[in-house]
Amino acid sequence: MKLYLKVWRQENRESKGDMVSYVVEGISEHMSFLEMLDLLNERLIQKGERVIEFDHDCREGICGACGMMINGRAHGPLSGTTTCQLHMRSFKDGETVYIEPFRAAAFPVLRDLKIDRSGFDHIIQSGGYISASTGQAPESNSIPIAHETTEAAFDAAACIGCGACVATCKNSSAALFTSAKISHLVLLPQGKLEAADRVIKMVSQMDAEGFGHCSNTEACEVECPQEISVLHIGRMNYQYNKALILKK
Amino acid sequence: MIDAKIPEGNLADKWSNYKDSSKLINPANRKKLDIIVVGTGLAGSSCAATLAEQGYNIKSFCFQDSARRAHSVAAQGGVNAAKNYKNDGDSVYRMFYDTIKGGDFRSREANVYRLAECSLALIDQAVAQGVPFAREYGGYLNNRSFGGVQVSRTFYARGQTGQQLMIGAYQALMRQVSAGKVKTYTRHEMLDLVMVDGKARGIIARNLETGEIERHSANAVVLATGGYGKVYYLSTLAMGCNTSAIWRAHKKGALMSGVSWIQFHPTCLPQIGETQSKLTLMSESLRNDGRIWVPKKAGDDRVLNDIPEEERDYYLERRYPTFGNLSPRDISSRAAKERIDAGCGVGPMKNAVCLDFSKAIKEQGLTKIEEKYGNLFRMYDKINGVDAYKEPMLISPAAHFTMGGLWVDYNLMTTIPGLFALGEANFSDHGANRLGANSLLQSCVDGYFIAPYTIPNYLSGELKAEKVTTDHPAFAEAEKVVREQLERFLNLKGRFSADHFHKTLGKLLYDKCGLSRTKESLEQAIVEIKALKKSFDHELKITGDEQVNSELEKAGRVSDFLELGELMCYDALQREESCGAHFREEYQTADGEAVRNDEDFCYVSAWEWKGEGKQPELHKEPLVFDTVKLSVRSYK
Repeated sequence: MKLYLKVWRQENRESKGDMVSYVVEGISEHMSFLEMLDLLNERLIQKGERVIEFDHDCREGICGACGMMINGRAHGPLSGTTTCQLHMRSFKDGETVYIEPFRAAAFPVLRDLKIDRSGFDHIIQSGGYISASTGQAPESNSIPIAHETTEAAFDAAACIGCGACVATCKNSSAALFTSAKISHLVLLPQGKLEAADRVIKMVSQMDAEGFGHCSNTEACEVECPQEISVLHIGRMNYQYNKALILKK
Repeated sequence: MIDAKIPEGNLADKWSNYKDSSKLINPANRKKLDIIVVGTGLAGSSCAATLAEQGYNIKSFCFQDSARRAHSVAAQGGVNAAKNYKNDGDSVYRMFYDTIKGGDFRSREANVYRLAECSLALIDQAVAQGVPFAREYGGYLNNRSFGGVQVSRTFYARGQTGQQLMIGAYQALMRQVSAGKVKTYTRHEMLDLVMVDGKARGIIARNLETGEIERHSANAVVLATGGYGKVYYLSTLAMGCNTSAIWRAHKKGALMSGVSWIQFHPTCLPQIGETQSKLTLMSESLRNDGRIWVPKKAGDDRVLNDIPEEERDYYLERRYPTFGNLSPRDISSRAAKERIDAGCGVGPMKNAVCLDFSKAIKEQGLTKIEEKYGNLFRMYDKINGVDAYKEPMLISPAAHFTMGGLWVDYNLMTTIPGLFALGEANFSDHGANRLGANSLLQSCVDGYFIAPYTIPNYLSGELKAEKVTTDHPAFAEAEKVVREQLERFLNLKGRFSADHFHKTLGKLLYDKCGLSRTKESLEQAIVEIKALKKSFDHELKITGDEQVNSELEKAGRVSDFLELGELMCYDALQREESCGAHFREEYQTADGEAVRNDEDFCYVSAWEWKGEGKQPELHKEPLVFDTVKLSVRSYK
């Protein structure tokens, strides 16, 4: 098949980018979306042009490195799918496809489709952990945890940190990302002790990084490749208010 | 020449004895010592976090944009530990024995015993960090069974055990960043090791965003940079996985071992086209309920579901009745290749076998199978557009895990003093074949529990060593070499992309140094790789500049892969036996089983770099078995 691409090209953090058109022929429907970009890049090299830069690594939907806006949707048309798991059978021959980076003030573009998501690392650094140094752990079966509790914690812990939630949010809010971590840790008995301190620090870090506020459009859940629920945001708000009230 | 430095004492006491007598550093002195950790997967993150907790200053490097994305995330099935929670006869000794046998008696007893011993504490550590391992309804931890063993010792978190362990280690690392004990350098790639007076004292790294070449000094350097299975291009590995850190250390004098021992994972999605970049792994746990078969008749073109039961060959159940579909990976992969080569393969390229759940669905019900493997079936559907509840999955062996890597002693130190190698980057514990769910274990155990003892033991002797800064001439010299290579790549203006060379090399290695090898194929491969390297040196074409440039990154990695590929062939050629993943067609029984030669090859091959284009030099570390009796590894 043949596609008409409009791809965001930008030299570096400071420069102004714009959309550049490419025609890509000879695409097989079995190719993944990133393999289609590989094909285009191979042809750009042959022409002596600089390749389109994009982040990617595992190409099996788990590392969270890849992610781009495809026709205005984070990770493209399918739900519950990362860009690397999207295949060309989801597109029609002759279609025009717009490819842009995940955009947010807190995610500056490095080059083309590559962005800086270190804001997410900073949010985790501010408190997204359980303080258990190596050597301190008790026997693992000494703390029974209900099956449903573990499963619920897992649902939150499944976040891959790709940033689709931020990119799709009209406020560029990182509420889904942050709340997923808060939920993961507060649901487990091991994580309850630090809960109040954690939620206050993580929420204020989220603001400090320049992410916007949540206004409950719930678009993030729709675009999340791991289908993380917006109910975690509700839990984060509850935990936050509780922590403020009980603060000594 | 090479001494594994195994501690004295009974097998079960060696690690305790080591810890009792290893040298310590007092807390006030720890903050005067800097350690560089390259790689942020399970081994790197856990080691960096644990050493930081002890009070050392850590610099942590990764090429990804965040430490959390290292390829440990992709491990699906689980992590082994001899907890014996199932009361099914498991013990540290049994786990040790399964691992030694699984590795076809080509690993060190003392290392493997320590791995099994430390497995207990790892589960405790992970649970304390909040890793949501599967639990039973009573609230206790659940286990499942994996290939090559008869007990249930595998802990798992759905099909994302690696991801969850990784998040635990990553969060521990981030905690130390906020404590000011770890500084992270993401989007940085190590391009050379810097040695002063024969010891590892720093690295040269490139900032992959700005292109700047940076010098970093330290009192010790840890390489936890993962495996090099991506040398085959098509593999289960992430696109960025590479050999460059360990290869460049190798060229500075660190020996490499078990280089050609590459595990081909039996349950991967087959190649279906020429532009494919990746062979996705489907968790081995599927083999608990899926049955593997091919049509009995070669070239059978019928729709798979139309092939009647009596015309299907369940070849694993036929050849290995005791372990059946749960036979170890090397054996399962080779058996698949044997059937595919015999013309019985299925799928559009006739390069796959069936993994069939119809019997399990009939016996256990659809809901139960959905609950166990739902995410994997969804993934299969996403990639292939096929509903595997209704028709068999197509699977095929793919390059997966490298048992080989930098040679390390019991301290996990390479032959370069002060240079340590952890996790998949070292050769240590898996012998010639790794058992499922032992890789997450090894990387975690190396990082959380072993290196944090052995590195201080080494550093205790370095407190009075002269302080080395990045002004030392050794840094200038290493930096110059790195800059020259990068400039050469950018100025070549040849005809072919880095991927072209990588794909050609991968194909060549699959054919000639893959699941099976012969003297002839390996000798041919060496000649062809040399020619390919020559072509690479003249005909490479890189566009773009020194700032963000994925093609420039690839060029350095492919250059190293080409040299490594040649060493893999030398290693496979020299070892005239079949053991584990290393199957030399000349050494097999009449019914196609591997023939090991303990008389002549019961040693670790450790290779020394002798310069470009020169044949590497072999050193041998004899393997001594005091506890187990060497036996034929039978799963029949």
